[in-house]
Amino acid sequence: MIEVKDLHKKYGDVIALEKVSLSVQKGELFGLIGPDGAGKTTLMRILMSLLLPDTGSAIMNGLDVVADYKKVRLITGYMPGRFSLYPDLTVEENLKFFATVFGTTIEENYYLIKDIYQQIEPFKTRRAGKLSGGMKQKLALSCALIHKPEILILDEPTTGVDAVSRKEFWEMLKRLKDMGITILVSTPYMDEASLCDRIALIQQGRLMSVATPLKMTNSFPEDLWAVRTRKIYDTSKLLELIPSMLSVNSFGQVLHLVTKKGMHTAKSIIQFLSAQGEVEISVEASTATIEDVFILLMNHHKQNQ
Amino acid sequence: MNRFLAFLRKEFLHIFRDPRTLVILFGIPIAQLLLFGYVLTNEVRNVKIAVVDQSKDYLSIRLTERLLSSGFFQLAAIPSSQSEYEGLFRSSKVKEIVVFEPDFAKNLIKEGKAGIQVIADASEPNAAQLVVNYTTAIANDFTRNEFVKDQKQPGINIKVRMLFNENMRDAYNFIPGLIAVILMLISAMMTAITITREKETGTMEILLASPLKPIQIILGKVVPYMILSIVNALVVLLLGYFVFHVPIIGSLALLLGEILLFIFLALSLGILISTFVNNQVTALAMSGFVLMLPSILLSGFIFPVKNMPVPLQIISNLIPPRWFIEINRTVMLKGGGLAEIWPNTLILLGMSALFIFISIRKFKIRLQ
Repeated sequence: MIEVKDLHKKYGDVIALEKVSLSVQKGELFGLIGPDGAGKTTLMRILMSLLLPDTGSAIMNGLDVVADYKKVRLITGYMPGRFSLYPDLTVEENLKFFATVFGTTIEENYYLIKDIYQQIEPFKTRRAGKLSGGMKQKLALSCALIHKPEILILDEPTTGVDAVSRKEFWEMLKRLKDMGITILVSTPYMDEASLCDRIALIQQGRLMSVATPLKMTNSFPEDLWAVRTRKIYDTSKLLELIPSMLSVNSFGQVLHLVTKKGMHTAKSIIQFLSAQGEVEISVEASTATIEDVFILLMNHHKQNQ
Repeated sequence: MNRFLAFLRKEFLHIFRDPRTLVILFGIPIAQLLLFGYVLTNEVRNVKIAVVDQSKDYLSIRLTERLLSSGFFQLAAIPSSQSEYEGLFRSSKVKEIVVFEPDFAKNLIKEGKAGIQVIADASEPNAAQLVVNYTTAIANDFTRNEFVKDQKQPGINIKVRMLFNENMRDAYNFIPGLIAVILMLISAMMTAITITREKETGTMEILLASPLKPIQIILGKVVPYMILSIVNALVVLLLGYFVFHVPIIGSLALLLGEILLFIFLALSLGILISTFVNNQVTALAMSGFVLMLPSILLSGFIFPVKNMPVPLQIISNLIPPRWFIEINRTVMLKGGGLAEIWPNTLILLGMSALFIFISIRKFKIRLQ
């Protein structure tokens, strides 16, 4: 459905995208995972024909985003990263405006947005600017959906939204996917990655890895240890001294220690720490999260440079 | 077409829901009119005056009484020396000072001629003119009544001096200039701001990503302000005609045509500004300082172009209102027709074409 080939984009001297190639299947919920400034927004804007790539091509449902940009705009629904509706228009007026602009009516495609719109319908006479963050996102999604697009492009839809609304939002995306809509969504939250069919990890304009979330975490090439301690900071400083250490990162109250494959056992780590005077700790082997994968790839990437 | 109408509807909602826009659209023209209207007020009632009687004889006292009993004037001060005059005006204690010369009665009877000096505060020029006229009329009436039986009537020689604004500006000149300034403000500034607002709030990104054509977006932005500009121009014209009695001697149709042309020019200038700037503050600054100030100061609205230093005269040629104000004055006040104003009309047409051409070249169908 979306075919991206060798995309390059520079802003002056800053490289925003470098050799990005990507393929999203029809009906797939595809996640672009990466920190701010990784190039997610640039990629999406190129797909929306809002930016021109320096080189490379992007095809959406057989339409070239540069040559056929008018047709591309008709079959895609877009939700920019910033809240981009009219704050001085009411919920209903916003929706009606976008429906008319795309040559349709609210009634015609109501079935598509029903689940989402019903939650904000009680406030339909309220100005969009006065909605809560979660409700704004629901309205923006409704507006992006109202013309029954085949592809939905959502740029960080859950940034700045509370945890409950985020969860609801992802459930809605699942339902839309089940209706056959292809969805490309970006997020800086690694925990949302597991909710996608497939994800691409993006960093500094480059795709580091593309796979299903499960495949990505299962194929973690090194050993990962969950270390529980009372003194997170002191222990992490000590862990960095362990031979063949690759990285130490804190995940809330747990430290994730990555070491070269087969170099350590839980016992050897405990021994190392107790030799340094740390006693009240537990160490166990753990499975990687998307974030662990991301950090590992990012470090590889840095070393290669 | 539906798309375009939806866009228009949205624009009108923006305008009517934003108090600031409403203030600029309707408050400023009305405020400007009221300001000038206040200056142009033709009601004289209980105007505070000061009387300096250097002769204190029966005729000067009687004329003073006549002035004060007329209902138009009210004695507010009796200054003892000339040095107090300016202070009285500056503190607005009085609007006019009447000075009788020494030996007023003697001169009037013996020589048939006596003088009074009338000094008025012309910082409000039209009010000052009226006050002076009333004073003169009362003084003339006074001599006619007092010396009704005499063969030759003596006259009072009234010397008028206008303080603060010695050469009074013609009030008529305001309305033609005001139309230009108001249209510039509403059409150019508001168009520039409303387009840049969409860029700033990020909604332009969605509009660009929609099937709306750039021309639909621009027209949708421009048409509401065009309608409001026409309404505003008509209001100023009507108020000028009925309240301030500014005549429209020339062809009304021609005048309206020229006004439409100028609105078109101002709108294209607004679009042009919006293609250069990305946020509302810059748009406001651009149209405020780059457009408004020259429109008021260099266009001949307040200061006649021919009195300006040569470099400023050259710059004033680049300012659209300069040509439009000339057209207005020619048609409204002098009754001129196309024969006199065709060069100005051509200049306005040329400027509009240039602005539109650059805007179309610069309008981006993408973000960068």
